[in-house]
Formats: sequence, C-alpha cells, structure tokens
Amino acid sequence: MTDPWSLYSEKVMEHFKNPRNVGEIEDPDGVGRVGDPVCGDVLELYIKVNDGTIVDAKFKTFGCAAAIATSSMVTEMVKGKSVEEALKISNKAVVEALDGLPPAKVHCSVLAEDALKAAIEGYLGHQKLKKQT
Amino acid sequence: MRRIYLDHAATTPTRPEVVKAMLPYFTDAFGNPSSIYSYGQEARGAVEGARTRVAEFIGARSEEIILTSGGTEADNYALKGVAYANERKGNHIITTSIEHRAVLEVCKFLEKRGFKITYLPVDEYGLVAPDDVKRAITDKTILISVMHANNEVGTIEPVEEIGKIAREAGVYFHTDAVQTVGHIPVNVDELKVDLLAISGHKLYGPKGVGALYIREDTKLVSFMHGGGQERKCRAGTENVPAIVGLGRAVELAGQEMGKEAERQAYLRDKLIKGLVEKIDHIRVNGHPTKRLPNNVNLSADFVEGESLLLSLDSEGICASTGSACGMASPEPSHVLLALGVPREQAHGSLRFTLGRENTEADVERVLEGLPGIVARLRAMSPLLKTQQ
Repeated sequence: MTDPWSLYSEKVMEHFKNPRNVGEIEDPDGVGRVGDPVCGDVLELYIKVNDGTIVDAKFKTFGCAAAIATSSMVTEMVKGKSVEEALKISNKAVVEALDGLPPAKVHCSVLAEDALKAAIEGYLGHQKLKKQT
Repeated sequence: MRRIYLDHAATTPTRPEVVKAMLPYFTDAFGNPSSIYSYGQEARGAVEGARTRVAEFIGARSEEIILTSGGTEADNYALKGVAYANERKGNHIITTSIEHRAVLEVCKFLEKRGFKITYLPVDEYGLVAPDDVKRAITDKTILISVMHANNEVGTIEPVEEIGKIAREAGVYFHTDAVQTVGHIPVNVDELKVDLLAISGHKLYGPKGVGALYIREDTKLVSFMHGGGQERKCRAGTENVPAIVGLGRAVELAGQEMGKEAERQAYLRDKLIKGLVEKIDHIRVNGHPTKRLPNNVNLSADFVEGESLLLSLDSEGICASTGSACGMASPEPSHVLLALGVPREQAHGSLRFTLGRENTEADVERVLEGLPGIVARLRAMSPLLKTQQ
C-alpha cells in the first residue's frame, strides 16, 4: 500500500526510476513539443504510425518526477492504439493509470495529454498534406 | 543502506546530550515556572539558566532575551512588535529580497496595513550593498531587517556595516540569525543589531523553541497577551523542556563551533570542487568566500531539481532544491531569482547543507552518486539537444 504521507504513488516512482520509451524516434510521423524550460517542464513526444496505428512512441522530458512518470505512462498507453483511440486519452486517464498524482502535479498530466495531441495533430496534418499533393 | 542527511539548513537532529538535559523537565521537574513552591522554582531556575546561556552566547544580557516558539515567531515579533510600537514615528521598513519567508510574509502583511516596505536587491552572489541601505533610509524609516546569512545560498551579509548605518540614522536594526547562531560567531554588539532571531532546531536543539534578542530600550508592543510571562512581552507558560534544550544546545555549540565550522568548510569546499569537476554545465550559487561553512548550492543545466532530489533520495542522500516543483509552488526560489539566476537554472538547483554527523565518506558518496544521476536525467532531457 502507498504511504498516505508520501508525495507520489509507488507507480509514479516506479515509472520515474525506470521510465519506458525514453529517447527519440528517427524519422517520426508526429512530434509534439510542449512546456517551457522557464516554467520547469518541457515534454517532447514522438510517434511512429503504421496504417493508422501508433506502432511506437518515445519521449524526452525535462521536469519533475511527475512529468517524467506521466510521459512514460502516456507512451505506454498509446502504443498499439489507433490514432483515433489515442486522441481520446485524457490527462485523467494518465493520472488514473499512475494511481493518482498530488493536486499540485496534475498540470504535468495535462502537459502529457497536450504533447500527445500535438504529436497526433502533426501526423494528421502531414497526412492531409500528402493527400493534397 | 545508510542514509546521508545533507539538509541541516532545514533542521538538525537534536543532540543526545540535549535530549538528556530536557528529559527531567517533562516528568520530575514538570512545574510551572510561575508557581512559587519548589516545583515551580526548579522550573524557573532551569528557564533562567537557559536564558543566561543564550544571552552569553551572543554577548547579550539575559534581560534582553525573550524565549519564543522558534525562529519564525522571533522574526514575526521583531517586525510586528517594532512596526506597531513605532507607527507614530514612521511607517517605513527596509528589508531585502532574499529574506526568509518568516520576514518577507510579515512585510507583506504590514504592507497591507499601511506600512511602506523597501525590498533591497542583492548582487549576483546574494550580497546586499550597505550603500543601498543608507540611500533607502528616510525620515519615516523605523526598522531595517537584513538576515545574517541566507538559508538557501549561504551568503553572509555585511550586517556589521549595515548596523553602523542603522545606528547613525537612529533606526532599529533586526537580523534573522537563524542560520548563523551556533555555526559562526555572533555578537550583538559587534553586529550592532537591536533585534536578533534564533531558532533552536537549527543548532541541534529541539523544534518549537527559539529566542528574540531585544536590545534594552527598544520599543516593541507585546506579542502574546495573557499571563504576563517573558516580561509581559510573550505570555504563555514557558516550554520548559525545550528551553532547557536550547540552553544546552548553545552551550555545546560554544564549545565546538570553531573547530566544527573549519571541518565543515573543508567538506563544503571538497564537495563544491568535486561536483564542478565531475559535472559540466553546472554553476555554484552564492558567494565564493562569504559563505556559511556548511552550504553548497549548485544549479545543473538541463535537469530539474525535484527529479535530482528524488533520485538522490533513492540512493539514500537527502538534499533540497529551489525548483518550483520541489517546493510545490508556481515559482522557483525567490532567492535564486534575486541573484539573477535564470529561471531554468533555478529549477535545476540543489542545496546540500552539512552538519556535525557528516564525514568525508558522505561527501564522497555524493561525488560518486550525483554525476550519474545528472547524466541519466540529461539523457532524457530535450533541452540538452537544443543547446548543442
């Protein structure tokens, strides 16, 4: 059981200590970069899409443990999902998957959702452009 | 794994000798110091003994020491006490932008009630310029409050020079000496202060006790109204065991302070030098020489402080950070920002504050552990790439 006085759930700490999918994708189909170093967190999320399905996702994050854990979790959650399904992943779903976040850290999960949306929008915009040409 | 505690500016462990001195006052000698029978007089004797020790330790007389619940109360009392007792004389207070919140928040409170506050800037090392203090004084100035040493970056302020200026101008001068008493020499006459705040748990005493030095003839209103304890300045039955603990703690500090400061300064320099050598893109925050013997404050680029802190914690090393995330506030440390440290670097700050129980082996463990942690976090940071 998680100690009620500790800042983070065990799951957050586990993802912080052993983050999944760290890195960049060479030749990605979509990239989302959100946040600002001045505010203390920047999140970059890369996706690889094959036939409308996200086959790979990676991230690079500058930020606190919550920012790193939400980045790690969101990349795990999108892998294997269709682009449409992935767009429906909310920050709330990420928080729930991590067994919760302290109130002051919920904005980190919003950042993860924003980065994912930005990456997918990048991908969709690119697709549209391809069709036009 | 042995835990290494490197956050002595936050709090210190109560020394066993201190605990031993306190214990009888919970049980056998539990009397109320205001009672005239033997139980009361035992307790009174213990309180007055402790007061004398505190007074002697800072070159004051025991009548000039008011025992409080800690450093925050002492700072609150100094500022509010002087402000409300002297408002007919003037409503202007001078302080600095790097004070502890126990001073800054009181200033903000007073500002809302008609007082005018000047927050002086500091230079890149965190030093206040005595000339700035001099220039800020007006005929309405009733108090100057400048901390003796900063709790985050460890910079020791030119309090003596400011004291001289305050005295020439006939303005009361308060210093928050929570980080210095028990660590470096403090003498109220040399520093030329009228008020000085002390905290027990920063010098290996218990939490919940502190003191305010008030120079004779300084005008303050009472802080607590009630049974008239502490010369009617601070009512409430004295926290006898904690007060005894404070007395014992300053007594022990008096015996060991010089040697201990020297030892810690050596460890501090070794830690700073080692980290600067082993980690690139790192800066030292604070003054190179006018610095508390136990303070190390660094900013590592491209990484965030809370991540550093939690990574260190999982290796058994306890430190602190000025990052907004680490403090759960929207802004990084006001002290680092006042020094002109860019926000992104303030977010990557780490503070190690050494103490009595730290050894060279502890410093070596940080030197072994931190470079790997920084490298791991930088490997996942998107900022490094954009910088290169």
